Amino acid sequence: MTGIVRIGVEIHCQLTGLNSKLFCKCRGDYRNDLPNRNVCPICTGQPGTMPLLNNKAIDYSCMIALALGCTIPSEMGFYRKNYFYPDLPKNYQITQYDSGGIGSVGSNGKLEFGKEYARIRRIQLEEDPGRLIYEGGDMDTSFYTLVDYNRAGTALVEIVTEPDFKDAATVRAFLNKLTSILEHLGVCNTKLEGSVRCDANISIDNGKRVEIKNVGSFREVEKALNFEIIRQESLSSRNIEIKSETRHWDNERKVTKQSRAKEEEQDYKYFLEPDIPIVLLDKSYLNSIQQTMPELPDKRRTRFVEEYHLSDHVSQVLINNKEMADFFESAVRIYSSPKEIANWLVSDLMSYIGVSKTDETSLTDLKIGPRHIAELAKLVDENSISRHTAKSMLNRILRTGEMPSQLVGQFDSSKIIDEKILTKAIEDTFDSERAAVIDASSNPSVINFLLGKVLKLTKGRADPQIALSLIMDKLNKN
Amino acid sequence: MNELWSLSAQQVSSRVRNGDFTIEDYVFQLLERINAIDDKIKAFITVNDDALETARKIDTKIKRQETIGPLAGVAVGVKDNICTKNIRTTCASKLLHEYKPPFDATVISRLKERDAIIIGKLNLDEFAMGSTTEFGSFGPTHNPWDPNYVVGGSSGGSAASVAASECTVSLGSDTGGSIRCPASFCSVVGFKPTYGSVSRYGLISYSNSLEQIGPIARTVSDIVMMMNAISGHDENDNTTHFQKMYEFSDASDLKKPVRFGLVKELIEGSDPVISRLVYSSMDLLSSAGFKWEEISLNSIDYSLASYYTIAMAEASSNLARYDNLRYGFDCQPEGYEWNSYFSTIRNNFGDEVKKRIMIGSHVLLSGYYSKYYLKAQKIRSILRQEVKKLFKYIDILISPTMPVLPFRLGEGIDNPMKRYLIDANTVIANLIGIPAISIPTGFNDKLPIGVQLMADEMQDQLLLSVSKIYERIAGVRRKPDFI
Ligand SMILES: [Zn+2]
Repeated sequence: MTGIVRIGVEIHCQLTGLNSKLFCKCRGDYRNDLPNRNVCPICTGQPGTMPLLNNKAIDYSCMIALALGCTIPSEMGFYRKNYFYPDLPKNYQITQYDSGGIGSVGSNGKLEFGKEYARIRRIQLEEDPGRLIYEGGDMDTSFYTLVDYNRAGTALVEIVTEPDFKDAATVRAFLNKLTSILEHLGVCNTKLEGSVRCDANISIDNGKRVEIKNVGSFREVEKALNFEIIRQESLSSRNIEIKSETRHWDNERKVTKQSRAKEEEQDYKYFLEPDIPIVLLDKSYLNSIQQTMPELPDKRRTRFVEEYHLSDHVSQVLINNKEMADFFESAVRIYSSPKEIANWLVSDLMSYIGVSKTDETSLTDLKIGPRHIAELAKLVDENSISRHTAKSMLNRILRTGEMPSQLVGQFDSSKIIDEKILTKAIEDTFDSERAAVIDASSNPSVINFLLGKVLKLTKGRADPQIALSLIMDKLNKN
Repeated sequence: MNELWSLSAQQVSSRVRNGDFTIEDYVFQLLERINAIDDKIKAFITVNDDALETARKIDTKIKRQETIGPLAGVAVGVKDNICTKNIRTTCASKLLHEYKPPFDATVISRLKERDAIIIGKLNLDEFAMGSTTEFGSFGPTHNPWDPNYVVGGSSGGSAASVAASECTVSLGSDTGGSIRCPASFCSVVGFKPTYGSVSRYGLISYSNSLEQIGPIARTVSDIVMMMNAISGHDENDNTTHFQKMYEFSDASDLKKPVRFGLVKELIEGSDPVISRLVYSSMDLLSSAGFKWEEISLNSIDYSLASYYTIAMAEASSNLARYDNLRYGFDCQPEGYEWNSYFSTIRNNFGDEVKKRIMIGSHVLLSGYYSKYYLKAQKIRSILRQEVKKLFKYIDILISPTMPVLPFRLGEGIDNPMKRYLIDANTVIANLIGIPAISIPTGFNDKLPIGVQLMADEMQDQLLLSVSKIYERIAGVRRKPDFI
């Protein structure tokens, strides 16, 4: 029995493309610092400090809002969300909210992915809190907790969808598309640990809503949702009521579990942040953002189809991973053979960066670059090596980073020099190309045509020198 | 070299330039005076140990004929809610008794750049929440005109120290009258500029949308001098106006006839002694050729409620950060669950502060937000519209600064509503963001009375020019006669 599943997600995306935090000049990249070093009076909430709005963050959040088809208000404001927590330096978070016509950066958007779409309820720009470090691993087992404010005040964009997803796989497809957009905009390096986080809410058959938090990566979201769907379905099949609650994803045991502390309904006492003037987002500003915005995935896919004559499918596969699409275009710039290069990427290289294995491996971790693939494609096009040889080469280049041209000699041994095998191939070719064989006596250039056919039949592995002399022998005998 | 301490900032700055006396001598006299009399006044929380050293440095510059700043020699007392690097800044709160800010407020760095000397930090109500300077963790400041009387507040130390000539001029902050009230009670000049004309960076927030830093001095000319130093756009405060540095003129010539409007509701609500004095100064204005009329401000009845609602709401959030995790006083968090640590720490707020945090939190709760906070904001915009309309034909609004005379310390302390009511005349300028000034106008026996002048937004220059004229007409020249 499967009921109607409704899933909505809430994504927090750090604007890692920014040099500085949202309200101060501390570095936006806090990941390699010793604790509490990337801080200043503003982001530690010292008395007397005031938030200084990072204008680049406004540009970035507007780019995201535009890319997700949101309505952008002409006046945008920041609000204080008041609650006490040790990772919040001011014990309030500066965020956005919708009240009295002063809204957040985006609302009522829509994102299409494949044949589906999801509605975007709202997008808001806000500051990230600091990080709590539990000495014993988690809150239950710790005697004390350390606070690191290096992250405090970095810019986050929160994206909230309507509950438009019917299963976990669709959510995953949506998140993949969103990732590609964020990467293309250059606002977020989604591969950095904790740079994108996802909470989800899920209900079955219009039942109570369950929130799932603490999901570490987009890949885990699918697992967490699948677990939760099964859990809820098994509860309702036994007529056990599903409670409205918040559950945390346990990444070790791959289960959702009830939050230890009952999270009460908090009243956040929102009000407009008086120290940040209302931000005016007029038409001319938004136009200039729109015009200077990097190319978005959908547009790029269309361009790949038109400019490089790739199939829709191949284009899509490349663009789903911005690094791959960039790699492709760099290689094509070196050697213009788009289809060949795309094939190398989609059918060979893709398996190495393990989209299906570990999310962590990225193209930049490999020793291979666009120069290698371009050269490989060229060698194959020129029949200097067989495709089979090229594949063996790729395997080695991935480990060593050597240029394919340097390897040609070493890989020649894989060519077919066995005359028996070659003679068989030539006989087959002569059988199927009778007309050409007759023409060959009067037109020597047809010999090259026959050689080409032989090479094709042997998948490029025939040694051209030996094959040619065998063809000449056979023609002379005829 | 007697009584250098009685000189105005203008006199000090020109005479040290001429070599009449050294800045060291002047500052030394002030420090001696503070030593001698501040026990009775208690204006100072902290005296700056480096003041003499800084004075000597500037003296050396003068000796070497190097260029010196326009405020060379001027000794500025600073309200203790304005951050001074490495000098403790307490807000008269136990939570910040040990707090030494890692940076200077913008106003402080601007003063230092102009060779002013920070002579010390001045008493206030805890976190500037009060109108009498009785509610700080260091105890009350006493009125230099009679130490049994309140000094007004919350910038009580700033007004008292200037009145008692313990410093040349001072800085205060004005959230709902906190500069003008003590200026009036101490017979000195206190100026709250247009919102956004002086950087608040480094002012420890009580209510961000209402407050401004401003100067307190013994003459309007000294106010002008201070404003030229501290006003202007600041990249550290997004709410400052994007103008070039202001340049205020000390001249009192008016480019066009000025029309005064005496606010009827405010004169009617005042102690008759005060009303009588204000009316007689209106007569003086008339004989000096100025036109004035009585005008009415209908929304005034609600302005005080609006003010306190907004101020407390913002305060409840501003003061949330004091949890002692990142700075504060010595109290180890070990052994506490964080919620109980936070409440243990925050129990050190004084009663007045606790009350305002609780009321402020209450009016922001979603169930009460539209009933209180939103309504307060509506009143604020109605008041703004009404006053803006008046400024179409009136240039200067005039009223008593305070509806009451200074009262005895502790008097009516159990009637907080009555205490809140004394801010009725001053909160208007904060709600709207317009400039306002309190100028000494006379005395009832020994107790000072001040008059408040208000002008339209950004009309600070006009207000200061008119103030110079008014100061001359009112002609108050008395000094506190103790010591
Ligand atoms: Zn910072």
